[in-house]
Amino acid sequence: MSDTIEVDGKQLAVDEEGYLADLNDWVPAVADVMAKQDNLELTEEHWDIINFLREYYEEYQIAPAVRVLTKAVGKKLGKEKGNSKYLYSLFPYGPAKQACRFAGLPKPTGCV
Amino acid sequence: MAKATFDVPELTPYTEVPAVTPGAMAHSAPFVSKAEFQGPLGFPGELVEDWQTRAIDKMGELLGKYRSLRVYLDSCVKCGACTDKCHYFLGTQDPKNMPVGRQDLMRKVYRRYFTLGGRLFPKLVGAEDFTKEVLDDWYSYFHQCSQCRRCSVFCPYGIDTAEISMAAREIMDSIGVGQKYCNEIIGKVYKIGNNLGLPGPALVDTLEGLEEDVFDETGVKVRYPIDEEGAEILLVTPSADFFAEPHVDGLIGYGKVFHAAGVSWTLSSHASEAANFGMFIGSYDNMRRVAQRIREAAIALKVKRIVFGECGHAWRVAYSFLNTLAGPWDFLDPRYPVPQHICEFTHDLIEQGRLTFDKSENDDKVITFHDSCNVARASRMGEVPGGQFEIPRAIIRATCNHFYDMDEDTIRDRTFCCGGGGGLLTDDLIELRVKGAKPRLDALNNVMQEKGVTHMAAICAICKSQFTKVLPYYGMEMDQIVSLHQLVSNAIVLEGGEDDDEEDAPAAA
Repeated sequence: MSDTIEVDGKQLAVDEEGYLADLNDWVPAVADVMAKQDNLELTEEHWDIINFLREYYEEYQIAPAVRVLTKAVGKKLGKEKGNSKYLYSLFPYGPAKQACRFAGLPKPTGCV
Repeated sequence: MAKATFDVPELTPYTEVPAVTPGAMAHSAPFVSKAEFQGPLGFPGELVEDWQTRAIDKMGELLGKYRSLRVYLDSCVKCGACTDKCHYFLGTQDPKNMPVGRQDLMRKVYRRYFTLGGRLFPKLVGAEDFTKEVLDDWYSYFHQCSQCRRCSVFCPYGIDTAEISMAAREIMDSIGVGQKYCNEIIGKVYKIGNNLGLPGPALVDTLEGLEEDVFDETGVKVRYPIDEEGAEILLVTPSADFFAEPHVDGLIGYGKVFHAAGVSWTLSSHASEAANFGMFIGSYDNMRRVAQRIREAAIALKVKRIVFGECGHAWRVAYSFLNTLAGPWDFLDPRYPVPQHICEFTHDLIEQGRLTFDKSENDDKVITFHDSCNVARASRMGEVPGGQFEIPRAIIRATCNHFYDMDEDTIRDRTFCCGGGGGLLTDDLIELRVKGAKPRLDALNNVMQEKGVTHMAAICAICKSQFTKVLPYYGMEMDQIVSLHQLVSNAIVLEGGEDDDEEDAPAAA
């Protein structure tokens, strides 16, 4: 993976795993460019998740735990969507890792 | 699941010993740590100029400090007993993943600089200079060892390849060649308190959410307290238990057990991590510094006991080293083991008849148990030898009607690693992780076919995350891996407290 991605004509630095090096660089088009790298087309459903991740990060400086995320999704979009199967159907590389990357958040580390 | 860019091995009824393919995994190496992750651990930021001299000096220092290392390097007789015992060899066919092949990467350098024969006649004794090529080989193949110690069970001399891998990583860190995954994480423990980097407010928010969920499901007010001074028990658990699935279902289970036991307990935001990656990188200094947080938290919160949650290598550090690293523990209640495993705690209550279970709550599952390597081969549990094997199984039998073990050659002290242990649980090593899981999954697949097993329980955060990720590569479902205390959580019958005022809450799910 290259060390920069082009978004709206600007070169933005990313780390070896494709996460934004500077979180302040994030604009919505970053998510579209990254999704394209992963052969995904972002829909409204994806954006619901990305926006929630960004709001949570703003408050807590960390991505939400999977259960916090599924609960919030369940409340907003209905119980049948409040589970990790639904999230994986949107983000095949995993909600924590792929969705965080699209949202411009750092990658969750540790035994996850 | 993401598409694989490599060939996923096919599962076989028995794990066959493959023909060797030299260099099959030579391309595999994790991301190198940047200077910003090296500094906080006391390591140089990048490969130092005089790296060869400094590496050999470091090796000399370790040989002096750890007699075991010298014995391991001296005593191999090339009998071959270890050659087919490593899951990474069995899954990748690379002969440098045979334990002896891996050891020889260090042994040849050791012989060159620390034995008379190697100094005088290197070629005759298989000694080699420590060149950049050798260093690159070290970086690749010492990050293809999960330090699971299965090979040491079969070695007639008891040579422990894990100790050699740890020493190699320590030597590489000392010359500025660190692994990003481990070293970034250890830095987060220092800065924020846990591997994930979960700050206190996020922990509080997550735990409050769990209290709501459990109340909604059971109608009982089960508490998940944090930083409560004066609690009897400090629970130290991997931060994945707050964050990931199925880990969090285990955490929910611990809380229910504490509730049923009627003891007060607390987590700590200062020591909000059981894991100690200092062990994976062979760094005594970092291992000690990480362990000290637990002591500081125990003193600050004035607890009487320390209990560890489901984390494999944390239990090794806790059971085998905690007294040396962070003791003495004379301020804790001497009537209880220091530390105690959550499985011991739950098992004791079961033995005393103090827990009530409705086993039918787990009737949708047929369970098998995966012994995690660091618990199985590097520690013990309870008062009887083999307790680390029997106690978890006894808990499963008490909470589930349907339990079958996997093949005897793949469980207890002969258990196969999940494929992600020892600091290798990172996406940049996914090929290694998938291939290394084959022997375990061969055995799992067998009991699925023969006994109808649907789920595998584990007591290690790494195992749980690893299986969640690799099971789909083999056509299995990610949620077939469960936390042991998830089974407890499903089956336990809770008695309401006085403050459970809502009578119409739904019954246990």
